[in-house]
Amino acid sequence: METFEVVQPGPLTTVQDLGRHGWQQYGVPPSGAIDDYAFRIGNVLVGNDESAASLEITLVGCQLRVLEDTVIALTGADLAPTLNGAPIPMWETFPVSRADKIAFLRLKTGCRAYLAVSGGIDVPRVMASAATCIRAGIGGFEGRALRSGDILRTVEDTPPPIRVRVPPEYRPEYGSRIELRVILGPQDDYFTGEGIRTFLRSEYTISGQADRMGCRLEGPQIQHSAEADIISDGIPLGAVQVPGNGLPIILLVDRQTTGGYTKIATVVSTEIPKLAQAKPGDKVGFRQVGDERAWIALTEEYDERILAVRRLLRGQ
Amino acid sequence: MIYEEPRFLVGGDRAIFVEFGDAIDPEINRRVRRLMLSLQRERVPGVVEAVPTYRSLLVYFEPRQIGTSKLRETLHLLAQRTGEHGLPQPRLIEVPTIYGGEYGPDLEFVAQHSSLSVPQVIQTHTGAPYLVYMIGFLPGFPYLGGMSPKIATPRLESPRAKVPAGSVGIAGSQTGIYPVESPGGWRLIGRTPLKLFDPGREPPGLFQAGDYLSFVGITPEEYDSTKDAVQQGTYVVKETLVA
Repeated sequence: METFEVVQPGPLTTVQDLGRHGWQQYGVPPSGAIDDYAFRIGNVLVGNDESAASLEITLVGCQLRVLEDTVIALTGADLAPTLNGAPIPMWETFPVSRADKIAFLRLKTGCRAYLAVSGGIDVPRVMASAATCIRAGIGGFEGRALRSGDILRTVEDTPPPIRVRVPPEYRPEYGSRIELRVILGPQDDYFTGEGIRTFLRSEYTISGQADRMGCRLEGPQIQHSAEADIISDGIPLGAVQVPGNGLPIILLVDRQTTGGYTKIATVVSTEIPKLAQAKPGDKVGFRQVGDERAWIALTEEYDERILAVRRLLRGQ
Repeated sequence: MIYEEPRFLVGGDRAIFVEFGDAIDPEINRRVRRLMLSLQRERVPGVVEAVPTYRSLLVYFEPRQIGTSKLRETLHLLAQRTGEHGLPQPRLIEVPTIYGGEYGPDLEFVAQHSSLSVPQVIQTHTGAPYLVYMIGFLPGFPYLGGMSPKIATPRLESPRAKVPAGSVGIAGSQTGIYPVESPGGWRLIGRTPLKLFDPGREPPGLFQAGDYLSFVGITPEEYDSTKDAVQQGTYVVKETLVA
């Protein structure tokens, strides 16, 4: 059914799911929601499968008109969402009706909001995924960012019967400074000891060149011991690339699948949502996690949070 | 040089690199592709996907299903047994390319850096067939081996924000073609009108790892007519099987 009309898309609004996996060998990036925590919780709130297609709304300006009664949930960045001018509470199920107008017009905290809708956004699957990859022009809504006048369909489903909300302890707080836990490697041996110390002890600033592909940082230059180029190899999610200018670039979901700059470290995967909510001008520090048990503990903690929210909201 | 034992490099908490050597070398690359093939055949639980590159295989895994020590052990075992799997027969594909001008803004720089004339750079670049070592970086992008070291040129220190689709470039001792518009740090020397990636095509990429391709210089008129034919879907890619 036709559920939303895009009145204004804002700077970047795309249809996403949890990514297109298995195609990196063909050079196709996974894409998907960058903040997978907020994304999953949104779908739990409206009673969907956790990977159901939702909207990823970047910064302010997006406005939608509701064409059909349904239930939504807004998670992630607080973009001061309103329904016909009145505030919409975030992190809870929220019914909307035909002719309502949803707007995201002021940035309070974070960078990317998620709009989950009962049944999920209905778009054709490309390579088994609804995720938009703009660079490849595939997936989501016609392989591109949403534009004014686009009509979004949703899958018909029975909306959750009661309104539920996520308790405050499961709603992340988005500040203007984040600390990211990192694992050194694969090419930490291409840097001097001084270079590694600079990386781990400095504060970096997110530059204006930050998007779904990667996030360029500004700050102290990281010293290589010899060259900054390597024989191109694969690039994991969260890889911290340091090209010849010594300034780190953190690679995200729309990243190139392979590349030839040295990678000093990799951000722990469950830390990516923090980076997803950081915006240009925000500060970033890095902290090394050396022990495999510590990485696994972070994944377990992430899983427990999602599971706790599922239990609280859906009794599952 | 091929390592005596493959090296494992840490790629965060969900990925590991298996590196077979320290050079761009057909034999090292065959080992990478053979390990990829055996991973696809064995379907190791917890392995999500893998990306074969010049000299290493990046293996993505699910830490909830497999620990790194078990994974390393499995990969090590598979790497030792890969000799038994053959690789598919390669093709030679022609890539019509226009060199220089607006299509190759760094051609002059490459010529200066190599102490060659522009025609000599073009002659060198079109001279030999290139092995497609891997697909990556962008959808359908072939990483090619076999470029003459005479025209090797370092990457840009800071990548360009936008490189047009079809651009042919050089990065260090490598040459390649941008399949879609994207940011990138390669020195651009020319452009091909061929479509390297098409999600509606099966497979979506024009090239596969293990293929060979050769660049063929074309005029602006040939560029325009080929581009039209590609867009209308009437262009037939010139390819032959390599014995």
